[in-house]
Amino acid sequence: MTTPLNTKHTLSVLVENKPGVLARIAGLFSRRSFNIDSLAVGPTEHPEVSRMTIVVDVEDTPLEQVTKQLNKLVEVIKIVELDGSTSVNRELLLVKVKADADSRGQVLDAVQLFRAKVVDIAPDAVTIQAVGNADKLGDLLRVLEPFGIRELVQSGMVAIGRGSRSISERNLRPVTVPAPPAAG
Amino acid sequence: MSEQMTGAQSLVRSLEAAGTTEIFGIPGGAILPAYDPLMDSSIRHILVRHEQGAGHAAQGFAAATGRVGVCMATSGPGATNLVTPLADAHMDSVPMVAITGQVGAAQIGTDAFQEADIRGITMPITKHNFLVTDPADIPRTVAEAFHIASTGRPGPVLVDVAKSALQAMTTYAWPSELALPGYRPVTRPHSKQIREAAKLILESRRPVLYVGGGTIRARAAQELRVLAELTGIPVVTTLMARGAFPDSHPQHLGMPGMHGTVAAVAGLQKSDLIISLGARFDDRVTGNLDSFAPGARIIHADIDPAEIGKNRAVDVPIVGDCREVISDLVVALKAEADAGHTGDYEGWVQFLAGIKRTYPLGYDKPADGGLAPQYVIERLGAIAGPDSIYCAGVGQHQMWAAQFVGYENPNTWINSGGLGTMGYAVPAAMGAKVGMPDTTVWAIDGDGCFQMTNQELATCAINDIPIKVAIINNESLGMVRQWQTLFYNERYSNTDLHSKRIPDFVKLADAYGCVGLACESPDDVDATIAKAMEINDVPVVVDFRVHRDAMVWPMVAAGTSNDDIKYARDLAPRFEDDADLELRP
Repeated sequence: MTTPLNTKHTLSVLVENKPGVLARIAGLFSRRSFNIDSLAVGPTEHPEVSRMTIVVDVEDTPLEQVTKQLNKLVEVIKIVELDGSTSVNRELLLVKVKADADSRGQVLDAVQLFRAKVVDIAPDAVTIQAVGNADKLGDLLRVLEPFGIRELVQSGMVAIGRGSRSISERNLRPVTVPAPPAAG
Repeated sequence: MSEQMTGAQSLVRSLEAAGTTEIFGIPGGAILPAYDPLMDSSIRHILVRHEQGAGHAAQGFAAATGRVGVCMATSGPGATNLVTPLADAHMDSVPMVAITGQVGAAQIGTDAFQEADIRGITMPITKHNFLVTDPADIPRTVAEAFHIASTGRPGPVLVDVAKSALQAMTTYAWPSELALPGYRPVTRPHSKQIREAAKLILESRRPVLYVGGGTIRARAAQELRVLAELTGIPVVTTLMARGAFPDSHPQHLGMPGMHGTVAAVAGLQKSDLIISLGARFDDRVTGNLDSFAPGARIIHADIDPAEIGKNRAVDVPIVGDCREVISDLVVALKAEADAGHTGDYEGWVQFLAGIKRTYPLGYDKPADGGLAPQYVIERLGAIAGPDSIYCAGVGQHQMWAAQFVGYENPNTWINSGGLGTMGYAVPAAMGAKVGMPDTTVWAIDGDGCFQMTNQELATCAINDIPIKVAIINNESLGMVRQWQTLFYNERYSNTDLHSKRIPDFVKLADAYGCVGLACESPDDVDATIAKAMEINDVPVVVDFRVHRDAMVWPMVAAGTSNDDIKYARDLAPRFEDDADLELRP
C-alpha cells in the first residue's frame, strides 16, 4: 500500500449557533488527538446556524472517526466533506512586507502578478491582502520573502461546493421529538 | 398552560414533569433557591454526605431501574465533586441528569465565590451539557436533558443553572416538542445489514456472541436468549454485560478479557465470526489489539456509530438499538431455519465445552486456613441469590464479584467498568436500593474502595436505605499489590492499608448507625451472611477479613495478547493444540 499523498481533508460542519459550540469542537479534536490544520467559523444564511470549515490532516480511517465523533455532538447538525475538485476554497492573507523606495516597485509587481492588493502603505513597508487557496498564497509568500516579511496573519480556509446545490438545504428543519410525558 | 413562578419553582416543576421521583444531592449557596420549592415537591430528595455519593447514587439508581438518575449540587466545589460520577456515567453509558447551581449570570467569569466553569469542565465527560441564564429556558432545557440522557446511547447530561435565573420570575411552560436538529439517534437497524449479518452467521463455523453493556441498557436480555438458543452460538458477556445472559446457561462461556475465563477468551480469540452486540472492543477485552481474534470476521452492532470500527475493522456494521438488532436477527435467522438453513457449529461448541471443562474458574484455599476472598463472594452469591443486586467497587474484589457471584438476570450487577472508579460501590448500592427498595442490595467492596465513600452509610442509616456491604478486607490495594507481585518483584510500594488494624470497620459501622459484623474463618461465612440477610431495617456492614495474597486469575497481562492468557501464575492453558486438532476444516 502506498501512502496517500494528500491526507488533508476539508470538512464543512453546520452547527447550531449557540455559545460554547466552538469549545466543544476544539475540545473534541484535542482529546481524541486529531490534528486541525485550520478552522474558520462564521454565520450562514440561516441565523440559527453557523458553519465551520475545518481542515484536518488525517488518513481515511481516523477521518471516519473524526466525522463520527463530531456527529455525536448534539449541536452538530451536518458534516460534509468538500473535495477540492468539486468545491471552491479560499484563505485570506494579510502580510506586511519591507518596501522602501528602491524595492517598492518590485513588491508591487508581485502584488499585481498574484492579483493581490495593497491595503496599507508606510515609508518602509506595504501591507498586502491576498485571497486564494493555500498553494497560491504559499507561492506569493515565497516571492515576497526576499524583501523581508515583517508580519503575517492568515485566516483559516473557507470552502463551498460548486454548482447550485446547498448543503444546508435539507436538515435545517428542526426534527422535533415528543417531549417526555408530564408526570400524573 | 403557563404559570408565573420563580425560576427555582420552574426547575422543580420541570423535574417533576420529566418524571423525577428521587434526587440525590447537597444544597449550597448557588443552588439554594431550588431547595426551597423542593420542600413542597413530590420529589424525594436524599441528602447525601458528599456530592460524589450523589452522583454514584444516581448512577446506581439508573443502572438498577433503567430510569434516569438525578443528582443535584451547588456551584464550584459541589459541581466539581460531580466530575468523577459524570465521567463514570459517560464511560458506562448511564442515563443521568446532574443539576448544578451556578453563580449569578452577572458574576459568571469574574472568579466569584464558589464559581467554577462546570460546563467547560464537563464538556468531555458528558453526553451533553447546558448553562441556563434565562429562566424562561429552564423547562425546555430540563426536557432536552432528560431526552438526551435516556435516548440513543444513554449518558450523563449536566444542566448548570445560574442563581439569578433561579431567583427571577418566569413563565413555566412544559414543552410539547423539542427542537434538536443535530440529535437523531438511529435505533432501527438497516435491513440490508441484518441480511448480511445473517448470511455471515450461517457461513461461519466458529461464531461467538460478544455481548456488551449495551445489551443491558437496551433491555435486550430476553431477545438475546432467543437468539442464542435459536442458533446455538456460544455467548460471552463482558464486565458491563454480566447478567445479560444467565451464568447457568450451558452456552455461556463466561466473561472475556483481562480476568475472563479461559473459555470466553478462547471463544473470542479462536473465533471466525464475532457478533458484537453493544460492546466496544475495549482494551481490557481485546488485550493487544493487533493479535486479537486474528481469524475473526466482525459483525458490530451498536447504537453509537462512532463505536463501530473505532478499535477493530468491521465486516458488517449495524447501527441500531441492540434489542431491535437482535429481534431482527432472530426474524432473519428463523426464516433461514424454516428454509432449512442453519449454521454448523457442532465442532466449535464441543471444543469450547472441552476448554470450559478443563479450565473452570477456580481458586486456591489459603494454606494457613485463612479466608479466601473468592469463597466469601461465591457463598454470598449462593445465599443472597440471583434476585439480589450486587454493586462493586474497583479492583480484585470487583473481578471476583464478576466471576463468582453467578448472575442470572440483567440489571443485577452494577459496577464501574470503563472509568474504574474506586469508591463506587457504597453510593451506587444506595442509589440501587432507593430505586429497588424491595430487592436485597449488596455492595461487595474492597477495604480501599470502602474508605473512599463510606460516609454514605450515614445517608443510608438516616434515610432508611438498608443496603448490605461486604468488605473484602485484604488490608491492601489488592489489585495494585497483585501487579507489584507479578511485575515489580514483590516490591510493595504504598499498597499496604493496614485495614485489619485501622479503622475498626465494625465500630465504624456502629458509629454510622449500621450493624457491623466481622468474619475471618471459612466456617463462619455462611452464618455471617445469613445473619446479614436477616437484618432489613438498617444497613449492615460485614468485615470479611480475608487472606491478603489471593490473586485474580485467569489473567491476560496488560498490553499482551489474549493468546498469552495465564490460567494461574506461570500456568498457560494448552488450547492451541486442541484448536488445531478439532478445528481443522
